[in-house]
Amino acid sequence: MIYREAGQFKTSYTADQSIFPIRQDRIALVLFGLVAVLAVPAVASNYFLETIFVPFLVFAMAALGLNILTGYCGQLSLGTGGFMACGAFFTFKLATAFPELHIVVVFLLAGLGTAGVGVLFGLPSLRIKGFYLAVATLAAQFFLVWMFNKFDWWTNYSPSGVISAPPRAIIPGYFVTGSEAGPITKYLFLLVFVAILALVAKNLVRSRIGRSWMAIRDMDIAAEIIGIRPLWAKLSAFAVSSFYIGIAGALWAFVYTGSVEALAFQIDRSFQVLFMVIIGGLGSILGSFLGAAFIVLLPILLSNAPAALGLHISVELIAHLEFMIFGGLIIFFLIVEPHGLARLWQISKEKLRLWPFPY
Amino acid sequence: MNPTALRAGFWILAVPLLIAALGLTLQGFALVIPNMFFDWAFYLEVLTAGLLQGVLYSLVALGFVLIFKASGVFNFAQGSMVLFAALTMVGFIEMGLHWTLAFVVTAAVMVVLAMVVEKVVLRPLVNQPHIILFMATIGIFYFLDGFGQTLWGSDVKVLDIGIPKQGLTILTDVFEYGIQINAFDLVAALVGAALVAVLAVFFQYTRIGRALRAVADDHQAALSVGIPLKTIWAIVWSVAGIVALVAGIMWGSKAGVQFSLALIALKALPVLILGGFTSIPGAIVGGLIIGAGEQVAEVFLGPLVGGAIQDWFAYMLALAFLLFRPQGLFGEKIIERI
Repeated sequence: MIYREAGQFKTSYTADQSIFPIRQDRIALVLFGLVAVLAVPAVASNYFLETIFVPFLVFAMAALGLNILTGYCGQLSLGTGGFMACGAFFTFKLATAFPELHIVVVFLLAGLGTAGVGVLFGLPSLRIKGFYLAVATLAAQFFLVWMFNKFDWWTNYSPSGVISAPPRAIIPGYFVTGSEAGPITKYLFLLVFVAILALVAKNLVRSRIGRSWMAIRDMDIAAEIIGIRPLWAKLSAFAVSSFYIGIAGALWAFVYTGSVEALAFQIDRSFQVLFMVIIGGLGSILGSFLGAAFIVLLPILLSNAPAALGLHISVELIAHLEFMIFGGLIIFFLIVEPHGLARLWQISKEKLRLWPFPY
Repeated sequence: MNPTALRAGFWILAVPLLIAALGLTLQGFALVIPNMFFDWAFYLEVLTAGLLQGVLYSLVALGFVLIFKASGVFNFAQGSMVLFAALTMVGFIEMGLHWTLAFVVTAAVMVVLAMVVEKVVLRPLVNQPHIILFMATIGIFYFLDGFGQTLWGSDVKVLDIGIPKQGLTILTDVFEYGIQINAFDLVAALVGAALVAVLAVFFQYTRIGRALRAVADDHQAALSVGIPLKTIWAIVWSVAGIVALVAGIMWGSKAGVQFSLALIALKALPVLILGGFTSIPGAIVGGLIIGAGEQVAEVFLGPLVGGAIQDWFAYMLALAFLLFRPQGLFGEKIIERI
């Protein structure tokens, strides 16, 4: 009843091409933004901000990156962890070598560096695809983590191999990295940063380059025949995707955990992000956020559920049960809705348009 | 002379030459780079150790190939099947069963597991894109990991079925100190060879084996001549489960049964690239090359760059290989080329 676009006419091309063409969507977005900016920091405790909202935003960024590559361009990648490590270590080297550089600039530069690495490891995609490519990207995963772990130049010769984020302020007095950074500042910074980059991604996939990625994904030979150069399309997808993933890695190391070692970016991390993309929905920006929320929240719920139910189970058993439930839920989700949470959202919007009438 | 025999003859001749060429190259490097050490007897020793290690990789890769051939599913859970099988076997042995009996019971468990997987996971996902099925097998991977450890605990377990483990010294008349070989690795190689032989006979001569090959060739054609696809899938997953059991026993008695066994699967992936996803001989040869290559690289080249290059060397080898032969050594020619 409320959600209906009847009577909303578009009178210009700009209006027709807008990302949120329906007025109710725009109102909802503004409300959502207000809640995220004002209500969440006011209501949520520091614990909630640090363990749920901050990792959610960081993972959403990584999922966004992988979704560009796997969801939009159709190139399956298992190297996400390696690229995240790249972003983290590039940021560390840049931030310590040029202390006067603004932290946002450092993040963006590290993202660009990761994009270069991504293009390098994307080269095999010009010859192979599908699972062969997935295994080839594993080479990036293992090689990069090994490199950051092995050569202590990357950690500025720290004996433990752990890098700690130096304190940096976004505007003087408001630290986003280092020990003085408050959770609210971190959260707001991430929120704005991720929102801007998500907007960029949304516009990228609607533009010429995004359409060429989708053409390659849907049928590469046909795409080539209509004049899309696979080399450019694929490598640009690798570059943009690695850019986002690299920044996500940098945010993970600098804003979320504050100190990190190369082993935090093992293959598990790659799978985690891949799960987010698949559960959220391949080829959907919104899906990346939904998937990230799901995968971040699920383990927290699972580990708190037994205590909430009053059951006393050993920690070890809980860990194993978590694995089982996690695996089971993933299979369940794939069977129920292979197109992910984004599709469920789509369906519910369709239903909402007709409500309260049956048709 | 038929082409197969010709090709086999060519490889039998070429392999020793390749090994010699690799040795000479390394020797050349050792002459140029001062802190690199090279010795022929040591080289051969490392190479044999690597080859025998490669047999174990092949055993894991074999399970992948079987399932990929028959159902087009890239079964990421093969590694956790190995772990689960080994854990179950140890569990039964600890209950007091003789290991042969435990083997039979565990094999039965793997068959049941295969049927459950077919019923619960594969059947509802028929006709979905490959990536969805792949993700589903990652789901199975997590589930089996948790399930196996919930049932049997997560301590490192010893699996001992009486395979000798002492070192053997051979070729003492050629080299001064001879070449050390672990008897256990030899047994593993023999078991691997026996398993491949059994599988080959099974695929070639039995009724079910023929049906499996028909399904691997063309699902639709197989269906239209009356081969029940669902039964075939259950059988293939059972066979892969039993292969996983054998691999689990071998890895388990070599390194102890522990969680890291599940990650062995990752090492089997470059083997698959090298050998081709659909070829059983490919899995064997690929495993041997990866095993030997990675061992030689680790021992001779590793110290130059700080060691532990085993983690990624296999992948880089596979990656370099892909640039020249995207379909793998024995893979189907009709690979999706771009």
